[in-house]
Amino acid sequence: MGTTRNARRPGPEGRPGPEGRPGPGSKSVQGAPGGPIVTVSRLRKVYGPGAGVQDVSFCVNSGEIFGIIGPNGAGKTTTVECVSGMRTPDSGVISVLGLDPRADRAAVRERVGVQLQESALPPLIKVGEVVELFASFYRQPADPAELMEALGLSSKRGTRFARLSGGLKQRLSIALALIGNPQIAILDELTTGLDPQARRDTWALIEHVRDRGVTVILVTHFMDEAERLCDRVMLIDHGTVAALDTPAALARSAGGGSYLRFVPSAPFADEVLTRLGEVTALDHAGQRIQVTGTGDLVAAVIRALEAAGVEARDVQAESATLDDAYVRLVHQELRNPGQGALRS
Amino acid sequence: MTARAVPARARPPAGAFGKLVKVEGKLSLRAPLGIVLGILVPVIFLVIFHAMPALNKPARGSTLTLFAEYIPVLICLSLCLIALISLPIPLVNDRQLGVLRRFSATPAPPSWLMASKVLINLAQALLAIVILLAGGAVFFGVHLPPQWAGFLLAALLAIAAMFAIGLLIAAVAPSPQVAGVLGTVLVYPLLFFAGLWVPREDLSPLWAHIGTFTPLNAAVQAMEQAMQGRFPAAEPLLVMAAYAVIFGIAAVRLFRWE
Repeated sequence: MGTTRNARRPGPEGRPGPEGRPGPGSKSVQGAPGGPIVTVSRLRKVYGPGAGVQDVSFCVNSGEIFGIIGPNGAGKTTTVECVSGMRTPDSGVISVLGLDPRADRAAVRERVGVQLQESALPPLIKVGEVVELFASFYRQPADPAELMEALGLSSKRGTRFARLSGGLKQRLSIALALIGNPQIAILDELTTGLDPQARRDTWALIEHVRDRGVTVILVTHFMDEAERLCDRVMLIDHGTVAALDTPAALARSAGGGSYLRFVPSAPFADEVLTRLGEVTALDHAGQRIQVTGTGDLVAAVIRALEAAGVEARDVQAESATLDDAYVRLVHQELRNPGQGALRS
Repeated sequence: MTARAVPARARPPAGAFGKLVKVEGKLSLRAPLGIVLGILVPVIFLVIFHAMPALNKPARGSTLTLFAEYIPVLICLSLCLIALISLPIPLVNDRQLGVLRRFSATPAPPSWLMASKVLINLAQALLAIVILLAGGAVFFGVHLPPQWAGFLLAALLAIAAMFAIGLLIAAVAPSPQVAGVLGTVLVYPLLFFAGLWVPREDLSPLWAHIGTFTPLNAAVQAMEQAMQGRFPAAEPLLVMAAYAVIFGIAAVRLFRWE
């Protein structure tokens, strides 16, 4: 599931009314619970040779945490900047809550909160000042004092931005993304540069945001983060969608199961294991052997080794993770640059 | 989240811009670049000049003392430092830090950030003019300009011309450092032609002629005429207006928001 196919073709029915004015219960704006709230169709935004977005289509469902992953320069940030209306696409159609992010600039900004990669605030501005200032930009803002309390910023009200730690800057950034009471929050590289504890705290915050009913679009290059938080993940590579599915399904489809690493007590022929149905690959790394496969891999391998009179020592077993899927999908792209990547 | 009726072309709520100007005002007090350059520096010059008795004699071919003739020059010094240093550098800094980008993701247009900075620096420029005129009158016995309407017009055109040049610097400078260099490089020749170091009358005819086409030379001429009781001549006013229009349009055309 979850391929580019479910991105709706742009059509007149997908456009907002002449005023772009959503009525209460207007389906194009609210979206059915769980229905698409953001639709991107054949987005293209190219800067130079190989940079930007070539052809990306996806939709984000209401209430989910939607992850966008991919190597540096793959087009992740460009994609969300187009969704938030900060950039004009070269071509393609984007619908956010039934609105066009460029034509309906103000209305989209009212409802989409953004946390930007590499954007700072004036160094001398105080936390309380900037939260209240940003609140004044929105028609129905969250209560600044409550929001600062919820994000643990209350004690820092009078602290200047330049004096905040990295973790507190990120919290402030989240506060500013949420201050307008948005229906969608776009968070770009939220945890880059944070220490492990601050990252975990931030993850809890993101789940808290989702629980408040906000749909989250999360750009990250940390696989553990995407695996832990996201309902669905889109992998972008070279400006195109390499895969889009749930983290578990991606891990399964690309990794194909599990790994087993061990040091054999005695040499043995590879065929002892490669003829097993469960084994898909066998690699030597010095003394260590790595077997990749599916099904009941561990039991099958141990049994076969026993039958051959070999003992497996220092055994490590792992199920495939999103990390594996990522490495595989991106590698595949490198090996067959012309063919495009695997689509689930 | 409940459905909310937001018109597609909704503008940010009333009062939001005022709030931004207030915050920018506070920031300008925390990093008082404009106040130090625009107000303190000219006031120090005022005190130093007053300590030179020779300046209290009447100027050549003028009803004003040499000291009184320096008041418009000091006003130009103030405008020059505010417009070319205090206005563009923080704006370029905001762009480099991504503050303008952050604003462009809110319902508030990023042009507000520029507008609020222009307003804060305008207030500082007007304050500097008032302090220099009042200080000259109270402590040094310089009469306020009898032709005050002409003086105000000359001052406002000088501000418009210099702010337009400052905004063009902000438009094209890729970093605050470059903006600082561009501003500083322009400050010296502009103030030279305003007569900060050498009276304008002492320049050779060729250089004096070139000088009349520089904005601060025109500003000093117009302000002096108003201080002598005459409405400023058309030529210096038009020179300043031309700078305001040409550099203003170029700044708007070339301004990069990120």
